[in-house]
Amino acid sequence: MSAHATASPPSGRDVPPARRARGRVDWPRVALHAGCLAALIVLLYPLAWLVATSFKPADEVLSSLALLPSRLATENYSTAADGIEGVSLLQLFGNSLTISLGAVLGNVLSCSLAAYAFARLRFRLRGPLFAFMIATIMLPHHAVLIPQYIVFNQLGMVNTFWPMVLPKFLATDAFFVFLMVQFMRGLPRELDEAAKIDGCGPFRTFARIVLPLTRPALITTAIFTFIWTWNDFFTQLIYLFEPGKYTLTLALRTFVDTSSQSAYGPMFAMSVIALLPIVLFFLAFQRLLVEGMANSGLKG
Amino acid sequence: MPPTPTTSPAAAAAPGADGAGAAAGRPRAGGPGRRLGRSGGRPPRREPQGPAWIFLSPWVLGAAVLTLLPMAVSLYLSFTDYNLFDPPSWIGLRNYVQMFTEDPRLLRSVGNTLLYVLVAVPLQLALALAAAVALKSMRRGKDFYRSAFYAPSLLGASMSIALVWRALFNDGGTVDNFLSTFGVHTGGWVNRPGWALLTVALLTVWQFGAPMVIFLAGLQQIPGELYEAAAVDGAGRWRQFASITLPMLSPVLFFNLVLQTIQAFQVFTPAFAVSGGRGGPADSTLFYTLYLYDRGFTASHMGYASAMAWMLLLAIGIVTAVLFRTSRSWVFYANEEGH
Repeated sequence: MSAHATASPPSGRDVPPARRARGRVDWPRVALHAGCLAALIVLLYPLAWLVATSFKPADEVLSSLALLPSRLATENYSTAADGIEGVSLLQLFGNSLTISLGAVLGNVLSCSLAAYAFARLRFRLRGPLFAFMIATIMLPHHAVLIPQYIVFNQLGMVNTFWPMVLPKFLATDAFFVFLMVQFMRGLPRELDEAAKIDGCGPFRTFARIVLPLTRPALITTAIFTFIWTWNDFFTQLIYLFEPGKYTLTLALRTFVDTSSQSAYGPMFAMSVIALLPIVLFFLAFQRLLVEGMANSGLKG
Repeated sequence: MPPTPTTSPAAAAAPGADGAGAAAGRPRAGGPGRRLGRSGGRPPRREPQGPAWIFLSPWVLGAAVLTLLPMAVSLYLSFTDYNLFDPPSWIGLRNYVQMFTEDPRLLRSVGNTLLYVLVAVPLQLALALAAAVALKSMRRGKDFYRSAFYAPSLLGASMSIALVWRALFNDGGTVDNFLSTFGVHTGGWVNRPGWALLTVALLTVWQFGAPMVIFLAGLQQIPGELYEAAAVDGAGRWRQFASITLPMLSPVLFFNLVLQTIQAFQVFTPAFAVSGGRGGPADSTLFYTLYLYDRGFTASHMGYASAMAWMLLLAIGIVTAVLFRTSRSWVFYANEEGH
C-alpha cells in the first residue's frame, strides 16, 4: 500500500508541494486499513472454517488443527444428500424454498397494499392505526404465539406450511409496511395527481404508478423476507413435526443433540448448503440490501 | 414472526420516536420541512374512504385475528391451567405467583437473559459505532468493508452458524486450541457454566454489522461544517467525537439501543443450539424464551407459558419505557431547533 510512497523521488527541494504531500506515508490510514483487514479476517473466519470443515474426511473433522483438509473429501456432501430420517436433501431444500417463496409473495403483496393506504390515501383513524402498526414492529412474537398456535391447531394447519405463510398474506410483518410507507412518501405526489386527472382511480394509480416506482423497496422486502424466513427456526420448530415436512433448519436441528462424531462432516456439509442461498442473495444484492435499508431507514 | 429487524427502519422513526403517531401520515404544521414541501396540495376532503379500506383489509384482518385477538386470548390463558387438550380452567393469579415464588428455573432464566442483554448489547453497539467511525473516514474500500462487515448480520440467525459456533467454542475446538498456544486451557466454552452464555453473546457481537450500517448512515448526515468549525477552534479528534459525533448521533444510537435490546430479549436459535436444546450446562444458557418453549410446547403448560409471554411483553415494555425516559437527558434532536 505504501510502496509507491517510498518509490517517490528522494530529491527533496524541487518536488512540487502537492507531490511531496502525496509521497508521505499516511500512517493513520495504513493502520486503519490494516485494522479493517484484521477485523475482516476474524469475522469471516467462522465461514471459512465451516466451508473447509465440510470438505474434511471424517477423521479430521474435529481432531485436525489445520484449517484446510488434507484432501477434498466430498463424501460429506453425498451423505448429506441422503438427508435425514428418510427425507432427501432435495426435499428438505424444496420445503424451505416453498415456505420462503410463499412468505415473499405474501409480504410483497399485503405490505405494499397496506403501505399505499398509509402513505397516500385518507381514511378515518389513520394516525392511530399507523401508530399501532409501528408499535407491532416491537411486539415480541411470544405474546401471540400460543393463541396463534391454538388457532392453527383448530384449523388443522399444524404440520403444514400455512402457519409460516398465511400470516405474511395478512401483512403481519409491520416492519416491511413501514419500510414501504417511507419509500412511497418519497415519491413525488404530482404523479398521483396527474394519474387522477387522467381518470385513474386509486387502484389503477397503485398498480400502474406507485407499485412500479416502489420496486427497490419491494426487492428489499422480498430479499429480507426470504432470508429471515429461510433462517427462521422457532416457528418451524413449533409447527412442523413430521420429517416429510422438515425444512433444512429443522434437519440441522436434529444434529443438535447428537454426539456421534461421524455426523459432524455431513452436518457441516448441510450447513453450507443451507447458507448458500443467503450468501448468493447477499452477493447479488448487497448494495441494495445495505444501502436501501440504511437510507430508507434514516429518511424523514 | 416479527421480523428481527436487522436494520434500521426504526432509526427513521427516531426523530418522532416518543410519539409514534408523529411519524404518522397526518401532515402536521410542525413537521419537518421536507414533508411540508412535498405534500403540496392536499387531496380534496370528500375523497371516498372505501378504497383505502380495501387496500388495508389484509392488514386489518391480520392485526385483528393474528395480533390483537391472540394477545387478549393469551392474557386470558395466563390466568388458567391449560394443556391444549382439556378446556382451560381458571386458576386466577396462580401462574404468576408460581413464577415468582416456586420456580427457581424461571428466575434463573430471567437472570441469564438479563446478563446476556447487559453483556451483548453494549459490546455489539460499541463495536458497531467504532467500526462506523473508522469506515466513515475511509476514502477507498469503504463500500467493500461496509458490505463485508454487514454479511454476518444476515447469516448469524441461522442454525448453520449456531452449529459452527458450538463447534468453534467446544472442547478441542478452534478457540480452545488457539488459547492453548498461549498456555490458557479453557477445556471448551460451551460445556462450562458461565462461559457458555458468553459464546452466545459473542455470536450477537459478531453481528455488529446491522447497527454499524445505521450508524454509518447517521454519521454521513452530520454536516461537515461542524467539524471544520471545531477544528478551527482547536478541538482534537477526541473532543470532536465527544462534542459533535456523539450528540449528533444520539438519536440513532438511541434507536439502535432500543431495537437491539428488544431483540436480545428474544434470542432463541443460538441458545437452543449451544445448549443442546435444554439450556445446559447446568441451566447456564437457559434463556427466557428457551424456558418458555420448554414450558409451553414440551411440558404442555400453555397457561403458564402464556403468563411467561405476558411477563416478557411487560418487561420489554418497561425497559423500552425506561430507555425512552432516560433518552430525554441524553438524546439530542438537532432539528428541534429548526422550528
